[in-house]
Amino acid sequence: MATDRDIVAAREIGKAVARELGFDGVDLVVIATAISEVARNIISYAVHGEVEVAELRNGHRRGIEMVARDRGPGIADVERAMQDGYSTGGGLGLGLPGSRRLVDEFSIESSTGGGGTTVTMRKWLG
Amino acid sequence: MPSPIPVLQQGSVLIASVQAVLDDEDWVRLRGQLADRVASGRASGVIVDVSSVDVLDSFATRMLRAIAEISRLRGATTVIAGIAPEVAFAMVQLGLTLDGISTVLDLDAALAVLNRRTAGGDAG
Repeated sequence: MATDRDIVAAREIGKAVARELGFDGVDLVVIATAISEVARNIISYAVHGEVEVAELRNGHRRGIEMVARDRGPGIADVERAMQDGYSTGGGLGLGLPGSRRLVDEFSIESSTGGGGTTVTMRKWLG
Repeated sequence: MPSPIPVLQQGSVLIASVQAVLDDEDWVRLRGQLADRVASGRASGVIVDVSSVDVLDSFATRMLRAIAEISRLRGATTVIAGIAPEVAFAMVQLGLTLDGISTVLDLDAALAVLNRRTAGGDAG
């Protein structure tokens, strides 16, 4: 991902994969919206990065895993970045905390020492 | 680059029907286009029809709010038409609001809202 056009591409791919896995209706929109938010975080703060979408299996449970990864400057205060309304980039400050509300599992790892930021989101079927 | 969104004018109402999948730049362009047209067309109402839009994320919502605010400062009322139920659900989960902006089910309802305002005098 390198431009804002890629945000749209990432969420379209994510939606297509989710549909193949059996997600429908509101779940598809929720998955696409969550991908859109974390992908925009990459473009806004790190400029370059990637979004990976994969199938999840845990016994009989199936789901989708979405990983957004960048090698950007990292988030100095992750706890604060997860609060509604906090933004250093002029946005609404809802991207990360909002995405967390959209999915079943959410984790974020960030390092300001060059390790970048990785956001992992999971949503289960049913 | 031309905007992918046609803006039509019907009387004093501008109608933008978002049919394509818009990226951030497209939304910025739509905002600019509507701001220009509100001024040049002396529009009193702006309708943004988003019934074909499958994702309204934080950026798109910020642009809709900006469109409404710019139009309001120019004396025009904005109505957002046709937010799909799934999209509304995702917006609420995300924490997005369109406070203070009229939202209606479809284009007909949007036109009715604007006609009422024109007929009765805009109290808002």
